[in-house]
Amino acid sequence: MNAFRSLTSKAILLPVDNVDTDQIIPARFLKTTHKEGLGKQLFADWRYQPDGSPKPDFPLNDVRFEGAQILVAGDNFGCGSSREHAPWALLDFGFRAVISTRFADIFRNNCLKNGLLPVEIDPQTHSELMGELRAAPDAPMTIDLERQQIALPNGKMATFPIDTFSKNRLLKGMDELDYLLSFEAQIAAHEAARPVHDR
Amino acid sequence: MNRPQTLFEKIWQRHIVAQEAGFPTVLYIDLHLIHEVTSPQAFAGLRARGLRVRRPDKTVAVADHSTPTLDKDLRLVDDLAAQQIRQLEKNCQDFGVRLYNLDSQQRGIVHVIGPELGLTQPGMTIVCGDSHTATHGAFGALAFGVGTSEVEHVLATQCLLQHKPKTCEVRIEGQLARGVTAKDVILALIAQIGVSGGTGYVFEYSGSTVRALDMEGRMTLCNMSIEAGARAGMIAPDDTTFEYLAGRLYAPQGEEWERALADWRTLPSDEAASYDQHVALDVSHLEPMITYGTNPGMGVPVTGSVPDPQQITDPNARAALIKSLNYMGLQPGQPLLGQPIDVVFIGSCTNGRISDLRAAAQALKGRKVAPGVRVLVTPGSESVRRQAEAEGLDRIFKEAGAEWRWSGCSMCIAMNGDQLQPGQYAVSTSNRNFEGRQGKGGRTFLASPLTAAAAAVTGCIADARRLLV
Repeated sequence: MNAFRSLTSKAILLPVDNVDTDQIIPARFLKTTHKEGLGKQLFADWRYQPDGSPKPDFPLNDVRFEGAQILVAGDNFGCGSSREHAPWALLDFGFRAVISTRFADIFRNNCLKNGLLPVEIDPQTHSELMGELRAAPDAPMTIDLERQQIALPNGKMATFPIDTFSKNRLLKGMDELDYLLSFEAQIAAHEAARPVHDR
Repeated sequence: MNRPQTLFEKIWQRHIVAQEAGFPTVLYIDLHLIHEVTSPQAFAGLRARGLRVRRPDKTVAVADHSTPTLDKDLRLVDDLAAQQIRQLEKNCQDFGVRLYNLDSQQRGIVHVIGPELGLTQPGMTIVCGDSHTATHGAFGALAFGVGTSEVEHVLATQCLLQHKPKTCEVRIEGQLARGVTAKDVILALIAQIGVSGGTGYVFEYSGSTVRALDMEGRMTLCNMSIEAGARAGMIAPDDTTFEYLAGRLYAPQGEEWERALADWRTLPSDEAASYDQHVALDVSHLEPMITYGTNPGMGVPVTGSVPDPQQITDPNARAALIKSLNYMGLQPGQPLLGQPIDVVFIGSCTNGRISDLRAAAQALKGRKVAPGVRVLVTPGSESVRRQAEAEGLDRIFKEAGAEWRWSGCSMCIAMNGDQLQPGQYAVSTSNRNFEGRQGKGGRTFLASPLTAAAAAVTGCIADARRLLV
């Protein structure tokens, strides 16, 4: 997993609430046995015409946003299916952070395990940010994980929450499984202490 | 005397392996269910690190998402799907994991076979790389969906790192009217609290309605907890639970059963236990429900009409509704009754169990599927399929003109070739009406098996209560 410290980038605005993971990556693309290469299919049904050509009015197809690493989405982003293919696809496309007013629980967990930062901000700041991006679509903004702070294009600062464990892990690019494996002795002790019919 | 605890807290407490301030809890997992779609990258991770599956005896695998339903021949699905199923077979063989393969008499949708086989038991922690894992909460288990990284964590350590979720009591009171089912209750709840109403919470369903539901109805209720955003849904175990479990293949037997039973009876929430949140729902006047939009919260009584965006003040909600109605091709204010449909899907982990098929058969018996309508009946498991055939339900479906299939997720997720064509309308007993969920461009109305059967015979959205005599 790549470490995440701070990021300055253009942002792509997708002002839709309740974006479910079936939209982020439709189920027909889940037949892969790999994590890589899903970026092509990110938002496939919103992004491409039936003939496979890009829809000109979909923000991800706008050349002004090429190289953008931040996605600004509506409320409750990533709801529905638990598919981790959703953050894999977002990362493979080039995103490193998603900003919303709320993230679905499983999606948030999946993001944090892959180095994709879910940035939850209050509705007022979110609406201000959307206004800014509408006025100056290619203005860069900054996300600083150490300070848990975002700087809007107009310079205004806002903070976002993240649990200390996930934050430190992301800052170091440290995998969660390594940490979990260090509990082997406690896991074995827990198993031994369970009632026999439960072991 | 100990502090009063909820069902959730009791189970959580029992499964804490380690807990340090500022760190997530290391939580022990009793049962890990895996399937072909969300596990391959997890097994690849184990191989890359040279790890084994720590507890193959607590791990159970089945292929269900992209399996064929016309027959069990893998040539019926595309190469990628077949390859993914073969990969699951290889992974289970290499790591010593029990697999219910395509030839198994006990295979089926993962959330249907867990309870059927008695693998799902009260007090357990159960996870699966699938958001509908909440289904198992109907037995008083803490069951939730996880991503593939977490599948790898559980395979390697039998544990997960978890932050303790908040609890919400969902109290449901009232006697359900004839023709109104658990599916209608959960659709009504999600319509009331919205698709993010439960985010951050574990639901505990309580109240007279829940107590009166049989296990299959309770599973339907818990199954769709995730559609309200909840991490899990659970129901305190009672005699209904124990009667269902008694004698099941993997349920405790003999003296062990007695010991387990004594333990399970201590699980229900203590009377004085407190929750972080409360939701109340009165279902005594509830009608059959149906969705009109592109998320499961967009539901109304079947006799209702499509909402008008002009009457919604919140600009985001208005925009979302306009986008939905545009996709669905529906007009504001239009009644749902009489809306023509092309396909009916009866099945899924939400409504693919025997009582669901009985309800659908009751409405289809002696009737014919409307001309031009395609009806797919996909049992939730092979065991459900055999039971339905023993009861003659398959004949009722076939004589009415419906297709009778092998078990699997089928058109709920449209990965196996069972899918809608662009623009087609379906009444579906599944759990998600997201854009393209049942096939690219397909348009889904979620409803109960009864309402789905009524749509099958009339060719449009209909009130099933009129078909019940």
